[in-house]
Amino acid sequence: MRTDPVILSVAFGYLALLFVVAAWGDRRAEQGRSLIGSPTVYALSIAVYCTAWTFYGSVGRAAEHGPSFLLIYLGPTLAMLMAPLLIRKMVRIAARQRITSIADFISARYGKSSSLGALVALFALVTITPYIALQLKAITVSHAVLVNYPDSADTSLVDEAFWMDKSFWVALVLAVFIILFGTRHLDASERHEGMVAAIALESLVKLIAFLAVGIFVVFVMFEGPGELFSQVAATPELAQAMSLESVPGGATGWVGMLLLAFLAFFTLPRQFQVLVVENVDEQHLKRASWLFPLYLLAINLFVIPIAMAGLLLGGLSGDPDSFVLTLPLSTGSEGLPLLVFIGGLSAATGMVIVETIALSTMVSNQLIMPLLLRSKRLHLGTKGELAGWLLGIRRVAIVLILLLGYLYHALIGDAYSLVTIGLVSFAGVAQFAPALLIGLYWRGATHQGATLGLIAGFMVWAYTLLIPGFVQSGWLDAGLINQGPWGIGWLRPYALFGLEGWDIYTHSLLWSLLANVGLLAGVSLFTRQTPLEQTQAALFTEAMNPNLQATSLWHGKTTQGELRELLSRYLGMPATRRVFAVSTNQTTTSLSPTLDDNEQPASTELITRAEQALAGSLGSASARVLINSVVRGEALDLESILSILDTTSQTLEYNRRLEQKSQELARIGEELRGANERLRELDRLKDEFVAMVSHELRTPLTSIRAFAEILRDGENLPDEKRRHFLGVIVHESQRLSRLIEEILDLARLESGRLTLNPQPLDLAHLARHSVDAIARLQENRGVTLKMQLEAEPAPIIGDPDRLEQVIINLLDNAGKFADDTAPEVLLRVYRHKKHYRLSVEDNGPGISEDERERVFEKFHQIQQHEEEKTRGRPKGSGLGLPISRGIVAQLGGRLWVENATSLDGASLIMELPEAPPKEPASSEKPIAT
Amino acid sequence: MSITPQHRPRRVQERLVALIILALLLFCPPLLLVIDALPAAGLSWLPLYIFIAWATLIGLTAWLMEDGSKH
Repeated sequence: MRTDPVILSVAFGYLALLFVVAAWGDRRAEQGRSLIGSPTVYALSIAVYCTAWTFYGSVGRAAEHGPSFLLIYLGPTLAMLMAPLLIRKMVRIAARQRITSIADFISARYGKSSSLGALVALFALVTITPYIALQLKAITVSHAVLVNYPDSADTSLVDEAFWMDKSFWVALVLAVFIILFGTRHLDASERHEGMVAAIALESLVKLIAFLAVGIFVVFVMFEGPGELFSQVAATPELAQAMSLESVPGGATGWVGMLLLAFLAFFTLPRQFQVLVVENVDEQHLKRASWLFPLYLLAINLFVIPIAMAGLLLGGLSGDPDSFVLTLPLSTGSEGLPLLVFIGGLSAATGMVIVETIALSTMVSNQLIMPLLLRSKRLHLGTKGELAGWLLGIRRVAIVLILLLGYLYHALIGDAYSLVTIGLVSFAGVAQFAPALLIGLYWRGATHQGATLGLIAGFMVWAYTLLIPGFVQSGWLDAGLINQGPWGIGWLRPYALFGLEGWDIYTHSLLWSLLANVGLLAGVSLFTRQTPLEQTQAALFTEAMNPNLQATSLWHGKTTQGELRELLSRYLGMPATRRVFAVSTNQTTTSLSPTLDDNEQPASTELITRAEQALAGSLGSASARVLINSVVRGEALDLESILSILDTTSQTLEYNRRLEQKSQELARIGEELRGANERLRELDRLKDEFVAMVSHELRTPLTSIRAFAEILRDGENLPDEKRRHFLGVIVHESQRLSRLIEEILDLARLESGRLTLNPQPLDLAHLARHSVDAIARLQENRGVTLKMQLEAEPAPIIGDPDRLEQVIINLLDNAGKFADDTAPEVLLRVYRHKKHYRLSVEDNGPGISEDERERVFEKFHQIQQHEEEKTRGRPKGSGLGLPISRGIVAQLGGRLWVENATSLDGASLIMELPEAPPKEPASSEKPIAT
Repeated sequence: MSITPQHRPRRVQERLVALIILALLLFCPPLLLVIDALPAAGLSWLPLYIFIAWATLIGLTAWLMEDGSKH
């Protein structure tokens, strides 16, 4: 079965199948029943990431460098995780601006610069050609292994004529395929549905083939993974094969490779093509963000078992890159190796197809078209359609790119192993990442910065990876790597500036990205953007802003006739008619262009649509040049674009403020409700207060009146009784006037009209004075009054009369609440920090925790009225403590209740700040309340 | 505030960002060095760890994305 005719017919039969699928896909697209309108097909098409390098090279890398092969797939996994954030933005921009390739994308971001686009296209060509060569090499080698086994597969291309090399013919067939399905439309931003369908099929084929080998190796050649890994464990040489130690560069190399794969996933032209240009619906990204990583996981599942099996069986053919083929071959199996070969073929062809389309679009739109547009001869030759030209250029480009890839493969391909070429390419395209990714988020990145960064990054890449590669191919003297150029040690390409011990890719990535990002940021900060660049930068960075619709950029004047001529010259009549059809449908019903129509000025929407149509075919830079050639006057309405952007940001700002305001309003409403609640409470308290005051006033009044009436009516009363009654009347009147005095005090305190007369005084002296004043009264009641003056003098600032009133009130209260049988009251004056305290303790029942604040409420005592009566105590007005607290507070102090420290009852403590020393009385500060 | 339809996409986005950070943590050295240092009976535990972490991340992403698309 392994004869050449069988293999060749199967291989070319497989390619024929691709043609059929692609044709079917295109047919369905024309009928409007798209095959690729499914997120699963989209995810499978992204799997074009897995090339022959994955198919054969992963096992080789696992055998030589342990788990580092996984990084090539973990990077894209991270990238796809970000797809709903990052790639979605790119997709939206590309759809809006009709972007055709990564070169076009970067060029459009930096003001539709044709020079930057050309630069990216050129660099892509340089880095990707070896990668295409790698795929062709994989086809040649796998074919040779298949045919020659068990002999050595070493096929030297030099010995063979090129027409004997199968990959030459495969390349030729692919060229035909790509021309047929890749250049059907002139509009490169239109989807290549047939091609995408074929790519998705190829992704399935390579996955099935690889899983088949894996299952065969693990379950047929060995009896399950258990046996395989126990054999590995028994082989000491393999024990360390999968640890971090075997990864080149260790942990640093690990991170470097992860970053490399992450960046390359965005910037490989074929990935950009399938991810962004061929995306049908941005919602597909959601499914792809996990389905594609799952695909990567599945295709890598058996890499380690196959690598280990190959190593265990003694390195069958020597080259681990071929284990995938040689392992099933070694068992004498016939069908499986053929399936594997087809799997490898599908991996290689899928990559070549997409990469070539992407590169040819770049070459034609970014390199050749701008040159043609500049050459006057062609530009003035207005007759005849250029549409055919454009397709022709693209087709020639396809053939040339494939030829270039083949030549590279035929001439120097032998010197490299699969993985080396792949990684060098990765590091090369990773240089696009700063311009691409930073440009997406930083509006200030300028054209000059991007250009210089790109050039510097590429030069460092070439010096640290590409040129040493030539050395290893034997083209240059090995001294360059070992001693450095001209013997300068710190210029050694693999150890630039003496940075040694890193693996070559991480090393190169570090220096190249450092130069690239450094220049991009540094130069951007010191250069100015042109107005067009500003607009494009804003449109790119604000792409996810929902208010930003594709707006008309053109403000100048042209006629419909001129525009029609321009479009038909470059795009052909059908496309031109389509562009005009949309607008005429909206305005007039006539579809055929009349003379009158041709003289009509073109609307801004029409000009914009014309530019987009041109951009889809020629790239944005060329489209702008062309439109500029027919539009007169102020071509770009930059003001309006920038103002739209500003309006959107203003609207957002307004929204934010409105939200803030409404939150504020809600809060204020809450506060108002609280205040209202409090007012009601105060109102209720006021009513209560009035009721209580009336009650309090009525009691003494009633008794005065009663006794007065007795005195009036009872003329025969004995003198003694009469005197007693008069005494009661006097006493009650005193009580009444005291009460009124207190109520007035309270009213003044509460309205803030109580005038105090603060002056420096000695609290101890005042205390003594007060005790003297009340001593007799207490004595009469049988209260033992003690005094402890621990701080004397105790200089404070206060109103002596009012403070004395407070102290007497405290002492009086304490006397009332002291123990019934042996009442005791203790007054203390002491210093506490920067304050003086006066405490009045009694040996009464004390005041419970929850009552302690309530005793300062007005008429609080009234609540205990009944209780008081039963205890036969003289009751107070219930206003003393609230007034005392008000006075103390106005003097800047505090008054509160605690448990007594030396006696058993309550302790009322008054605290006043210490007077400032040696202050003259005139500069007294006003007392704050 | 309750989660209104307007807030949902933002919540999905926040979860996605958290997932990306988790992925970075799982795949980067501090944790890898720990796994790599584990005593192994044959091969290192590293590949097994990576595959498990990888599968977990894929599962979480699928859950987040497919769940989010229903709303």
